[in-house]
Amino acid sequence: MNRIYVFVLLLLLPLNALAITADEAMKKSQAAFLYPGADLKARVMMKLISKGGQERVREMMMLRKNYGQLGGEQKYFMYFFQPADVRNMTFMVYKYPGKDADRWLFVPAINMVRRIAAQDKRSSFVGSDFTYEDISGRNLEDDAHAIVKEEKIGTYDCTVIKSTPKAAEMEYSYKLSWIDKASYLPIKEEYYDKKGELYRVFSADEIKDVKGHPTITKRSMKNLLSGHMTEVSFLKADYNVGIEDSLFTERYLKQPPKRWIE
Amino acid sequence: MAADVSLHGFVQGNYSRDTKTENPDGGDYKLSEERVQLKLEGTADPFRLFIKGDAFHDNIDKHSIVELREGYADYTSEKWDVRIGRQVITWGVGDLLFINDVFPKDFEAFFSGRPMEYLKKGIDGVKLGLYPGRVNFEIIATPYFEPNNYPDPNRFWMFDPMAGRTNRETQDPYRDLHEAETALRMYRDVAGFDTSLYYYRGFSRQPSMMPDDPIAPTKLTLFYPELSVYGASVQGRALDGVLSLETGYYDSRQDRHGADPMIPNSQMRYLIGYQRQLWEDFTLGLQYYGEYLQEYSAYVQNLPPGFPQEKRLHQIASVRITQFLMHQTMRFSFFALYGLSDGDYLLNPEVKYNLTDSIWVAIGGNVFGGDKLWSQFGQFAKDDNVYSQLRYEY
Repeated sequence: MNRIYVFVLLLLLPLNALAITADEAMKKSQAAFLYPGADLKARVMMKLISKGGQERVREMMMLRKNYGQLGGEQKYFMYFFQPADVRNMTFMVYKYPGKDADRWLFVPAINMVRRIAAQDKRSSFVGSDFTYEDISGRNLEDDAHAIVKEEKIGTYDCTVIKSTPKAAEMEYSYKLSWIDKASYLPIKEEYYDKKGELYRVFSADEIKDVKGHPTITKRSMKNLLSGHMTEVSFLKADYNVGIEDSLFTERYLKQPPKRWIE
Repeated sequence: MAADVSLHGFVQGNYSRDTKTENPDGGDYKLSEERVQLKLEGTADPFRLFIKGDAFHDNIDKHSIVELREGYADYTSEKWDVRIGRQVITWGVGDLLFINDVFPKDFEAFFSGRPMEYLKKGIDGVKLGLYPGRVNFEIIATPYFEPNNYPDPNRFWMFDPMAGRTNRETQDPYRDLHEAETALRMYRDVAGFDTSLYYYRGFSRQPSMMPDDPIAPTKLTLFYPELSVYGASVQGRALDGVLSLETGYYDSRQDRHGADPMIPNSQMRYLIGYQRQLWEDFTLGLQYYGEYLQEYSAYVQNLPPGFPQEKRLHQIASVRITQFLMHQTMRFSFFALYGLSDGDYLLNPEVKYNLTDSIWVAIGGNVFGGDKLWSQFGQFAKDDNVYSQLRYEY
């Protein structure tokens, strides 16, 4: 009898170990993708490209600071350079794990700071193919993660993980992530709709080492249904630049300090 | 210390045509103008200079005007900063319903279909910001009073209780530093809510009329009664959206007993607002606003015969819906103010489309109505208009 137990346990063990590994891998991926450094300063260029090839450009300085542990609270400060009608606008986000973020927008033409009502899961970031959630991360506990296979993409040895949302509210039924075994960065992500058809693809197009952190400096998100895509490049990026807590306040939202936006 | 200079601005055409009837002076347009704006900014830390100037040609009055919209110098230190010059200040949490935003506004711009930024007028003054730690302060001193701008009687049909009296003169508040306007805002985060306290001491920006003879007036003097405002606001995330609360006590210092019919009664004002995203790129905003007259019986007793009698509680509800389409390059919006007390309304639908990253066009309308021709929006019932805005920005 005992032997059978041991046998069953042995059978179960690798499966359990794998399940833990999927969660672990996603946690490490989130840390590598969204949390490297104590803070980040990046000049970001977004190109929104329509099916017909028409381009719109959004350019901003993104400042991010981590609070607490990995996977914990983060604050974002964004200053827009382009397009002309949003030039000088600033945008601030306090992101909390497990609940909706606080967001403020500063409109310079009328010198007004306003809270923005937006939900992470289904809000496009500045009209791009990226949602707020794609930019600042999704709560890992909202999905069940499982390792599907291992696969090589280009030179990257990847673990492929299937993440299925636990709640039915999401527009996708599951997501496949190709996580590089060395850097834990997502090399590719595929989103499948309720019918199980692929409709959205993320890809990391350039990875560079910035202060010892492998960083995706070019990425894209393509919507296969509309043919629209968004390319994001970091024109400049730096970690551990010493962003003060005071930056993330109404005062500096209204008057962004020159040294943080140049 | 290297100075960093930037130059931006726009070229804009802005037109607004009557849809119901011609203007009082016979014209068909509320607005027809071409405008150029230049924004010049120079920074050499800790100093910054900003100048925003407009030059425009008014096709109705056939003249060209240059105006300084903003022009100020900033000095920034670690715990404080100061801004001196012409500047726009926006306080409070209301959406086009103002309690603690006691700063000057241009309602003609709003009612005739100019871009929203033209609703706000700059003040000429000094703003001191103090950031010692737990609480932040904004202190504003304005030596020269700036009134609101109301619609031009040549272009807008409006209610005027003394319409027959055309002999009018305007009396500015005392033009000396002794009677300068002062305003204070203290703010901080309280349990995740942006919380502010406000104080204002100055003058009502809406003129009151003083007849030289109450029985048979021959001349009216327009003046700006003394006013103080004490208020508070909170705004934060609640009920899956953003909740806003604001209140203010309007202390009509020249008529605390409410006995002078020509000066507004003291009031308690309050506002509740809620904003929520219902689906992708669609936001709904709702507001409820009230003004409660403090000395109502004195007001009723002293109201001259023939003057419309206000209700003690004046209530307004508003709705704003915004839908972005085509990767947020197209915006449909609809804003409505409805007077719960007087049954009057203002409707403002608008479509805005960014043709490219530097050119946008907006087309919209202003529709006014209500049974009472003296009510806030009902008086503009003949002023419905359709407007267009075309802007190239660089």
